[in-house]
Amino acid sequence: MSNLPDEVYALARRSVVRTSRMPAQWIAPLIFPTMLLAVNSGGLKAVTHLPGFPTTSYVAFALAVPFIQGALFATMNAGTELARDIQTGFLNRLALTPLRSAALLAGHLGGVVALGFVQACFYLAVGLVVGVRPAAGVAGVVVLLVFAALIALAFGALGTWAALRTGSGESVQSLFPVFFVFLFLSSMAIPRNLIQQTWFRDVATANPVSYLLECVRSLIITGWNGEALGLGFGIVFAMGVAALALSAHALPRRLAR
Amino acid sequence: MERPNTIEVEKLVREFKKGPRAVDGIDLRVEPGEIYGFLGPNGAGKSTTVLMLTTLLPPTAGTARVAGYDVVHEGPSVRATIGAALQEAALDGLLTGREHLRLQATLQALPRPERRSRADELLERVGLMEAADRKVKGYSGGMKRRLDLALALVHRPRVLFLDEPTTGLDPQSRSALWTEVGRLAREDGVTVFLTTQYLEEADVLADRVGIIDHGHIVAEGTPAELKAQVGRPTVEALPPDPRIADVLAHFGDPVPSAKGVAVRLAGNADLAAIVRALDAEQLQVENLQLHQPSLDDVFLAKTGRSLEGAGDEEEAPAGLAMQPAA
Repeated sequence: MSNLPDEVYALARRSVVRTSRMPAQWIAPLIFPTMLLAVNSGGLKAVTHLPGFPTTSYVAFALAVPFIQGALFATMNAGTELARDIQTGFLNRLALTPLRSAALLAGHLGGVVALGFVQACFYLAVGLVVGVRPAAGVAGVVVLLVFAALIALAFGALGTWAALRTGSGESVQSLFPVFFVFLFLSSMAIPRNLIQQTWFRDVATANPVSYLLECVRSLIITGWNGEALGLGFGIVFAMGVAALALSAHALPRRLAR
Repeated sequence: MERPNTIEVEKLVREFKKGPRAVDGIDLRVEPGEIYGFLGPNGAGKSTTVLMLTTLLPPTAGTARVAGYDVVHEGPSVRATIGAALQEAALDGLLTGREHLRLQATLQALPRPERRSRADELLERVGLMEAADRKVKGYSGGMKRRLDLALALVHRPRVLFLDEPTTGLDPQSRSALWTEVGRLAREDGVTVFLTTQYLEEADVLADRVGIIDHGHIVAEGTPAELKAQVGRPTVEALPPDPRIADVLAHFGDPVPSAKGVAVRLAGNADLAAIVRALDAEQLQVENLQLHQPSLDDVFLAKTGRSLEGAGDEEEAPAGLAMQPAA
């Protein structure tokens, strides 16, 4: 009988246990995006008066941002954790077992997705507490959580690939500012159609992060929007497949067995 | 039919890019149930050899078979047969000892009902039951090494690789580990390939010793055979009195001594006869010592250097990302 499910579960469990024993690993992804949400919601509330702004609640508009920020933390966590395993030789220990490469990736990312899911529930709960009511209803919340888990998976796979390529936690962490630039050059603070600067609007339109935000935002603000959902899920799916393929390609070289 | 627990190595080579030949065409054979001590200074090629034999590093040339399986072409079979505790005890400081063993048991595909009992059995055996539910980051070096050994034994391997398992351990922990390794070979018939830079460890524990230097095996045999190659024991007496030297000269050829007088014993001469002869001459001797040839003497004879302090070169890097030179 295949041991694959047991392998995946054991490694995912290890990932979750490790994270739970390092409070900084899970408190920061919960607190910092929430703080940024509070600051932005207070400071940019007047933006809702712009003609064409899709909602009267800036909190509802900005609630999408923590979901993406949380994914960035997932990238860092996934990458640095794996890089640590490489640097300490723990990956060698795993390589000496009959463990399948697929199980290693799935188990490692399983823990990342679990954390991403918890983060998404927390952000959603914060939104509900401050009065945000997702326009897509309960089913929309379910889709939102699935989307959040997929984002964590895709970004986590990117971090995993970076760790496998470089073998260095520091190198993985150096990606963090790069991803943040993508976030700030997106429709994070204002809808794309209301961005006055042409270059900024063009960059935000070309930036895939905008579509991830708009997918989340659509479920919260406008309800079921096929185009936004299609683009969001399509991009996260493509990112995830690409990152997983790159990780799967890099893993055998790192395991070298 | 189960294949024998042998290790067979022929002309094994490992080169690194922009580096020297870490292992340069070694041949060796380890018999089932034997403890083979692989002795050498840092940088001699010990760890690189272990990495190749455990399938973690592909050889540049040559062949190696572990338990009858080729390390290059039958990696999964080799890994299913072996256990390994590598140079650094690669443990997760945030997991407990018991969690490590459960994880290892799962990844080694032990049947579910057996995982818990096997973990407990090994914790008991290596003396970590009381610390089983403590995070490993709080373990001492000796405890980490014992846990590392337990992890290597989870799936009852037939061949065990231990890469400098006692480096940095206190004498008590070292002795406990020796006892356990000896028991594994004697009672369970496990073949043990043990690298070490400690002469005493190789001398006490190993059935046979291979001495490696600069990637070459420079001597191989039982500790007694190797010492016999160097020569007979020496006897050293203090003070450096010419009359004592005259008596000693009846028992062997004089050899240099920094503090007293010394001879290399010839034929059947023994210490008791020397004591009687000195007593008969009524000579006052402050100190009389019999020096058996040591493995360091063997290393000195074979390489021109003493093993103690010979490891001033860097060990061949063991990272897995490195590529063969050609």
